[in-house]
Amino acid sequence: MEPFKTLTAKACPLPLANVDTDQLIPARFMKRSRAEGYGEVLLHDLRFDGDGQPVAGFPLNDPRRQDAQILVTRRNFGSGSSREAAVYALADHGFRCIVAPSFGDIFSSNAVNNGLLPARVEEDEAEALLAWLEDGGETLTVDLEACRIVAGNTVFAIQIDPVWRTKLMNGWDDIDLTLSHLPAIEAFTAADRRARPWALPVRD
Amino acid sequence: MTGANGGQAGGLFHGHGARTLFDKIWDMHAIVTREDGETLLFVDRHLVHEGSHHGFGKIGARGARVARPDLTFGVADHYVPTRRAGGVADPGIRGMVEQLSANTEAAGITLFGLDDPRQGIVHVVGPEQGLTLPGLLIVCGDSHTSTHGAFGAFAFGIGASEVAHVLMTQTLWQRRPKRMRIHVEGETGPWVGAKDIALSIIARIGADGAQGHAIEYAGPAIRALSMEARLTLCNLSIEAGGRCGMIAPDETTFAYLRGRPFAPRAADFDAAVAAWRDLASDAEAVFDREVTLDAADIAPVVTWGTSPEDALPVDSAVPDPASARSPAKAAQMRDALAYMDLKAGQKLTDIAIDRVFIGSCTNSRIEDLRSAASVLKGRKAAIPGLVSPGSSAVKRQAEAEGLDRIFREAGLEWVESGCSMCVGMNGDIVPAGERCASTTNRNFKGRQGPGARTHIMSPAMVAAAAVAGRLADVRRIVESA
Ligand code: SF4
Repeated sequence: MEPFKTLTAKACPLPLANVDTDQLIPARFMKRSRAEGYGEVLLHDLRFDGDGQPVAGFPLNDPRRQDAQILVTRRNFGSGSSREAAVYALADHGFRCIVAPSFGDIFSSNAVNNGLLPARVEEDEAEALLAWLEDGGETLTVDLEACRIVAGNTVFAIQIDPVWRTKLMNGWDDIDLTLSHLPAIEAFTAADRRARPWALPVRD
Repeated sequence: MTGANGGQAGGLFHGHGARTLFDKIWDMHAIVTREDGETLLFVDRHLVHEGSHHGFGKIGARGARVARPDLTFGVADHYVPTRRAGGVADPGIRGMVEQLSANTEAAGITLFGLDDPRQGIVHVVGPEQGLTLPGLLIVCGDSHTSTHGAFGAFAFGIGASEVAHVLMTQTLWQRRPKRMRIHVEGETGPWVGAKDIALSIIARIGADGAQGHAIEYAGPAIRALSMEARLTLCNLSIEAGGRCGMIAPDETTFAYLRGRPFAPRAADFDAAVAAWRDLASDAEAVFDREVTLDAADIAPVVTWGTSPEDALPVDSAVPDPASARSPAKAAQMRDALAYMDLKAGQKLTDIAIDRVFIGSCTNSRIEDLRSAASVLKGRKAAIPGLVSPGSSAVKRQAEAEGLDRIFREAGLEWVESGCSMCVGMNGDIVPAGERCASTTNRNFKGRQGPGARTHIMSPAMVAAAAVAGRLADVRRIVESA
């Protein structure tokens, strides 16, 4: 995974609350494999009308916001279904950081597992960032090392779980780390079988 | 690094303090805890479904194997057709069901597939088969895994990367969430059930109100709930943003579990019950947050907007964004009203409905079907609708009780079990612009199909809406007999 340290990039406002993962990637698109890519179906039913034409005025369709790598949005982003494809859609579309006052728990961990930074700010700060973007602001700098966002002359602190921050900054994958604990897992399993004999499924 | 084994680890984290139910279960599963606070937890049950294909794909790409096929169970539910005659017509959908069969067979995982009498929605099947037990750690690549917490298990949804991690190692790294206790005091009134309690909680604390928290439900109104109702309540924990929801096991739990296929048997069962009796929060245990509701204040509720927090008693009116507590909330409400095509001030019972859906892991167990049928018995539905039982076993039982006849005679369609119109992956969708009264869990934009408008409520309230052709108070419908 590509490490995330600092990112200076175009930002796109998405002034909606509760953007759930069903909206990020509608269920009917989830049959595809990752290799086919999910970027074009990101927020599909908000971005396109019933005839597949781009909805005028939807921020992602704004010519000024093309190539945006940072999304600024309202509370409870990524709530709902655990579908990791929601993160694939964002990442394949080119986003590397989402800024919001709160995120769905499962979405956040999926994001971190794919190198996408879920950066939390206060609700009034998210509103200020949205207003700044609506007023013509374009480029933000996200500095994960310093845990801050720079928008023009304003600096906002971002909040992120320290473990997730380390994982993102190093581009780490959990599985390698876990495999180094195999002896501990085996010891646990043996002791647990005695401590909780009822925990195994009973089969005929 | 601190090693922690077999249930004695609590003191390492909390000094000599009393522990919550959640902490006791967490400590039983902690393998190692890193300096940075992340803990490697052992997974007792991993449930997979058609949507788990990304996880299998990831381990395939690594050339890795499934570590514990004996603790992994597959269920075909998300994509299965609810009208099964003639097999699966759509090749894309058939591919999803076949891929699950191939992945589970290759790994030696027990599968409750399309033609298995044990098939059903994963969160209905787990409890029904006795795979879900108190004190277990259960994961599944589905957010409503919180359902299984009804038995006093720590159960939560995970993403595809985590599914791959569990398949390969039977473990998962987690940071210990905060603990929240939700007390429901008193007694509920007639026709008020777990769905109304859950939606009232979410309306009160918000759809992100429990983010970062493990919820424990407690109090007399919770103790009084049947196992089915507890499953409904815990199912909706994720709609409050909770990491999981749980209820300490008691006699209701043990009675439900005795004799279930994969549960311990005979003397082993009694020994298990003795161990499970310790699974309760200590009297002095401290929670990070406590919320209290009085069951007597809870009325039958419906949602009006596009988030489960948009729930109100059925006898109220569509709220006015002008009265919102913040500009951001007002914007959210305006957006929801526009999508739902509703006006502030409109009476909820004036909202006409186009169809109904009774099903999903939230409300499709036998009690739910009995409740809906008791309203529909001898009445006609004014609008079309679909009834999909939560599992093939529930379907057989409902048919043995004659419930299918009541639904059919009322004019509703009685179909096979699966996720169906809850998520529309199998092709059962609500047409664009139509309004559906649903027993499901998500009134999100487009959840039941592009442009579909969803109102969520209890099975009895959906039945009432079917009879009235609009949102209706079930108490009025049954009184008018
Ligand atoms: S019924 Fe709905 S919520 Fe439940 S597992 Fe299926 S898709 Fe998910």
